[in-house]
Amino acid sequence: MSMFWTIWISVITLGCIAGCFLLLRWCLSNNTGVEEGESMGHEFDGIIEINNPLPRWWTILFYIVIGWGLLYLALYPGLGAYKGILGWTSSNQGVLSLEESQAKQQAAIDSGALVQYDREIKFANERFDPIFEEYAKVPVEELMHNEEAVKIGQRLFLQNCAQCHGSDARGQNGGFPNLTDDDWLYGGSGDKIKETLVLGRSGQMPGWLDAFGEQGIKEVVAYTLSLSGREVDQSLKTAGQARFAACAACHGMDGKGNQLLGAPNLTDQIWLYDGTLEGVTETLNYGRNGVMPAFDKTLGEDKIHVVATYVYSLSNK
Amino acid sequence: MSEISQAQPDYNYKVVRQFTVMTIIWGIIGMTVGVLLAAQLFAPALNFDLPWLTYSRLRPLHTNAVIFAFGGCALFATSYYIVQRTCQVRLFSDKLAAFTFWGWQVVILSAVVTLPLGITGGKEYAELEWPIDILIALVWVAYIINFFGTMVIRKTSHIYVANWFLGAFMLTVAVLHIGNSMAIPLSFTKSYSLYAGAVDAMMQWWYGHNAVGFFLTAGFLGMMYYFVPKQAGRPVYSYRLSIVHFWALISLYIWAGPHHLHYTALPDWTQSLGMVMSLILFVPSWGGMINGIMTLSGAWHKLRTDPVLRFLIVSLSFYGMSTFEGPMMSIKTVNALSHYTDWTVGHVHSGALGWVAMVSIGSVYHLIPVLFGQRGMYSTSLINVHFWLTTIGVVLYIVAMWISGVLQGLMWRAVNPDGTLTYSFVESLEASKPFYIVRFIGGVFIVVGMLIMAYNAYKTIRAPKESFGPEPEAQAA
Repeated sequence: MSMFWTIWISVITLGCIAGCFLLLRWCLSNNTGVEEGESMGHEFDGIIEINNPLPRWWTILFYIVIGWGLLYLALYPGLGAYKGILGWTSSNQGVLSLEESQAKQQAAIDSGALVQYDREIKFANERFDPIFEEYAKVPVEELMHNEEAVKIGQRLFLQNCAQCHGSDARGQNGGFPNLTDDDWLYGGSGDKIKETLVLGRSGQMPGWLDAFGEQGIKEVVAYTLSLSGREVDQSLKTAGQARFAACAACHGMDGKGNQLLGAPNLTDQIWLYDGTLEGVTETLNYGRNGVMPAFDKTLGEDKIHVVATYVYSLSNK
Repeated sequence: MSEISQAQPDYNYKVVRQFTVMTIIWGIIGMTVGVLLAAQLFAPALNFDLPWLTYSRLRPLHTNAVIFAFGGCALFATSYYIVQRTCQVRLFSDKLAAFTFWGWQVVILSAVVTLPLGITGGKEYAELEWPIDILIALVWVAYIINFFGTMVIRKTSHIYVANWFLGAFMLTVAVLHIGNSMAIPLSFTKSYSLYAGAVDAMMQWWYGHNAVGFFLTAGFLGMMYYFVPKQAGRPVYSYRLSIVHFWALISLYIWAGPHHLHYTALPDWTQSLGMVMSLILFVPSWGGMINGIMTLSGAWHKLRTDPVLRFLIVSLSFYGMSTFEGPMMSIKTVNALSHYTDWTVGHVHSGALGWVAMVSIGSVYHLIPVLFGQRGMYSTSLINVHFWLTTIGVVLYIVAMWISGVLQGLMWRAVNPDGTLTYSFVESLEASKPFYIVRFIGGVFIVVGMLIMAYNAYKTIRAPKESFGPEPEAQAA
């Protein structure tokens, strides 16, 4: 902030407070030319005004809040670029990237600067990190028998994951998988779940409308639905089976999917997106883009380990 | 006093009558929408799966209807009345007065149509799209010309304190509305704010908090300064107090907006300034309350018999309470608990229902007999019933929101020994549900009161002149 703006802000701020103060002082003495307790002598539609003095307790209250306000402005940032005697800031202002934010946070923690957010983070890290470090030493498959750890994992899940996967982890239609069944897009071992959480996932189903045409889509849809045992038009199904080679690259010739690619199994009754005729047609026409965000920067690997334990415990009793 | 009233100029009461009647009608509509929203919060199915009945679209309709339709009509009615009576002169222009009435009704009707359709600029308390914003600006300029024009041609030597407040309210609202609503139109029904990011947020709350400070406070203090001494038949307590608190209030309020943006991307210095000024503001706000309540000294006994005066005085008590609460909530440490919780909702309604609605209702009960040639309302006991329904309703509302808000704040920050949050958001919502039902009941009390008022007003207006109220001998001062 330039000097000009600092002066501008300071002058109008302090000027406003000083103006209130001076007005208060001026009205404390009787400058009205009318004796106290008497009418001011003007009358408006039958209303008259009395020249009563300002209540004393109210005046004192006014002095107190003005004094408090000035003290606060001396201690804390307020008057433009002036930083305040305490050197307090709420956070590292003006950072433009996560890396910059983390670097500044580390610098503030190292130097002991009064950056409130960084102080709170430091306090929390010192207090809670050791708990999670201990848990991270135990493999997920074993840690799931530690009730306390599973509960902590559940709470982290409710705060960070439930928005998409639901409070009961059963997911919801539209690309948010159910985590309580045994059907896994990328694999359900402890390590695989952790990998999903740390790195995130990006599920890409391309659209086929241009390649197959409308009739072609109808055929492939028919064949796809037949894989999970649904009644379909036999001629469409046969034609679709011929086209399915393109799909098999990811979903496999048998349609059972591929966990290395996150390609769903098409032979079961579980649908990541809408499993109706219309829904599958939509998927084939235009494709789908599923995104599971990476949580390594927000939760850190140790907490992810505990969340993965909770998720693992849901389908491994 | 009787000589003065005989020498009364031919005031323009037509526009006052129009706005007064619409105050009651819009009050009922706006508050009923509020009650529906309150019900949706514990029974979401009440949006009937219709897009235009969803919370997101009806909420701005509720706020616009109660602030600008109900509150706005009350301000137009009382300011046109007060400025004529205290300047002893007819309104500057009858044509402008009619334009403001019909223009304002068109603004409100446009809001009633566009907001449920989802047409919105997206700024809180300033949702209306740019063509309506332009109409608001035109009506407002006509209002200012008419009001200040009337003061210019006044027959009294001084300008009465009520008119200071009303004038400050009008001028500032013009600046706020035009400043905040600056937008780039994309089509007839869609525009985007001229400002970006944190600057946009700051503009929004500079406007938003001063909609409270000038529309809902300064304007209604003007109302208070006329109707309290008039209804009590007592002189205004202290002229000097009115000078200090007027200038301090209007110079400090304009700074208070940033306290809505504590712990956000707004720079620290801006947050601090907003907080300091909000806290200092507490004392001038109380100056107004003291001046109003002390005006009653020597006439306290009237509270026993006059429910209209009770409305006015209780409104001042709520004003004092919420102007204490507000500065406390602006303190960052308190705000860390209260922000984003129902506490804020409760605070707003103790101001909006307790202060704004009650002072308006009291003033309307004072006005209707005068405007329609009666000496009193059709039924004083119905006013009394209305008073108790409103008071109980407001208390139920704000107590429920206090408990719910503090509960939410505490649940959101509760931490386990392992550092994870103790409660998920849904759990805090479950905990709030009983209080949402209590709030709904409070709202029903208030709407029933408004319906009783409408009935009472209807009976008063339709009756032959001079039907109700004390005999003229008893009234002579």
